[in-house]
Amino acid sequence: MIGLNGATVRFGSRVVLETLSFSVPVGRSLAILGPNGRGKTTALCAMLGFQRLDAGSRLAPPIVGYVPQTGSSNQRLKAVDVAVMGCAARLGLFGQPGPADIDAARAALQRAGALRFADAFFDRLSGGERQLVLLARALATGSPALVLDEPGAALDLANQQRLLALLDELRRAQDKAIVFTTHDPNHALAAADDALLLMPDGPALCGPVTEVVTPPHLERLYSVPMRLVELQGMSGTPHRAVLPAFAGARAA
Amino acid sequence: MVTYAGEAVASPTPRRHGRPTLIFIGLVVTLLASILVSLCAGRFSVPVDRALAILWQGLLHPGATPTTIDERIVLLVRAPRVLLAAMAGAGLAVAGTGLQGVFRNPLVSPDILGISQGAAFGGALAIILGIWGLPLIGMVFLLGLAALVGVGFLSRINGRTETVTVILAGLVVGSMFTALVSLLQFIADPNSSLPAIVFWLMGSFSTATWERVLIATPGLLLGTALLWGLRFRLNLLALEETEARSLGVRTEPERWLVFLVVAVIVGSQVAVSGIIGWIGIVIPHAARLLVGHDHRTLLPAAVVLGAAFMVIIDTLARSATSAEIPLGVITALVGAPVFALLLRRYYRERKEQ
Repeated sequence: MIGLNGATVRFGSRVVLETLSFSVPVGRSLAILGPNGRGKTTALCAMLGFQRLDAGSRLAPPIVGYVPQTGSSNQRLKAVDVAVMGCAARLGLFGQPGPADIDAARAALQRAGALRFADAFFDRLSGGERQLVLLARALATGSPALVLDEPGAALDLANQQRLLALLDELRRAQDKAIVFTTHDPNHALAAADDALLLMPDGPALCGPVTEVVTPPHLERLYSVPMRLVELQGMSGTPHRAVLPAFAGARAA
Repeated sequence: MVTYAGEAVASPTPRRHGRPTLIFIGLVVTLLASILVSLCAGRFSVPVDRALAILWQGLLHPGATPTTIDERIVLLVRAPRVLLAAMAGAGLAVAGTGLQGVFRNPLVSPDILGISQGAAFGGALAIILGIWGLPLIGMVFLLGLAALVGVGFLSRINGRTETVTVILAGLVVGSMFTALVSLLQFIADPNSSLPAIVFWLMGSFSTATWERVLIATPGLLLGTALLWGLRFRLNLLALEETEARSLGVRTEPERWLVFLVVAVIVGSQVAVSGIIGWIGIVIPHAARLLVGHDHRTLLPAAVVLGAAFMVIIDTLARSATSAEIPLGVITALVGAPVFALLLRRYYRERKEQ
């Protein structure tokens, strides 16, 4: 279980979050959507306990599996040595990871589809590969909660696809409470059960993806005309996707 | 839903950092060889087999008083000097490694951050006040820590610590303590405390005795052992603040623990051999090039390399010319160009990111 309860955050006189409440139980996945500067990252930091709340409280296990957009890469470590850091909370100040911890790290890398480059140096990996290793590290914490900061935001389409497929797999396993922020509604359609829309005007909208991620809501959220389309994937499976109509719509 | 998640990304072949075991064997052999050379070389040279025999006898009968001239030179002059140099070099190297990890910055070291200068001021102040022995060591390491605290406060702006501000703050704090030491020397009694301060502060091992070895050993051993215990934690402390905290690291207190340990190490070193610059920055980088960035292999490599480097430098300092060259001259001649290179490389890499 992870979430916020009546959380308010102010930066000076600007109210970034106002009595925001939501909670994600184990087995569900929540996507937090919103335009830039509407408090996605603030909400995420508040959940993780990195952001002081002016009112309200947070709801989180002691350790949360956190996947940052880009990990620190100024230290040249092997991917497996990065993943094994997930065990740090169990090991304590003077603890050293033993064979069991390294096995756990490798299992997490396997689950994240990153075992192939377990012995490669983290700072030499591509952005997509790094994010998989960071996901493995979050899984290695063994936390029942997983929080991802704009997964795939800096990745090309192929790597976004890989990451979202993986998130969807984790969602279907139903053994974690998953929260991720994103600015792309299609990410919510691909890998979330519920969505939280941080509206620019008025209170946030929260509910199942099918009810909340709809063109009228999204148009209010981003001020961009939107259409919901049904597509057939290469294997014939139907997909739902949101299409923003930027300048191209006028040209057509 | 998604059925065609392709395995599209080719994994790069891992670049290996050589074989760590071989590198460690090489480092230890270098250290032992440098110690042996240092015991034998000098204005009074002792043959290798004779030096080994004297050492062996010294180990068998630790209480016996050396009688012959070569026994006295090896056991009373060179052995404590070599041991002190090795321990000081190792201590400065691990202290630098720890600081660079915790600051997430490859350009910091005890002397660049002003810790050594603060420690020196502590010692000089103690001498002026007539304090000797353990309380002197206490003051040395307290003021070393105070210098570090000062740098920490000066360089931390809005909760963030930038490289440039850290180095500039270190410069400011270091210069201030250097000035304070000069002031103390100015007001010190030229007949008693002034020579004591100058003699004590000289960045040199020429004053090494077994007594000084005993003074420095507890702090250096304890500090190094503590950092070794923290080796995995140092990997975590080298991460971004939020990442480290999300993994259960209490970053603030744990950083201060490392700072405290560094102050103990540097204080113990300064107390017996004065300010020795550059080792704390050059050796960790050389060790990183050899064994990589994982503190679990980096710390032991820094210990052995730091010890060997210091012994070699000290041997050069006392035997290259008829007079003894100040240590600081040699370490700066080696260290400054290396630091300049690192600085350029650091900012070039930052620009590329």
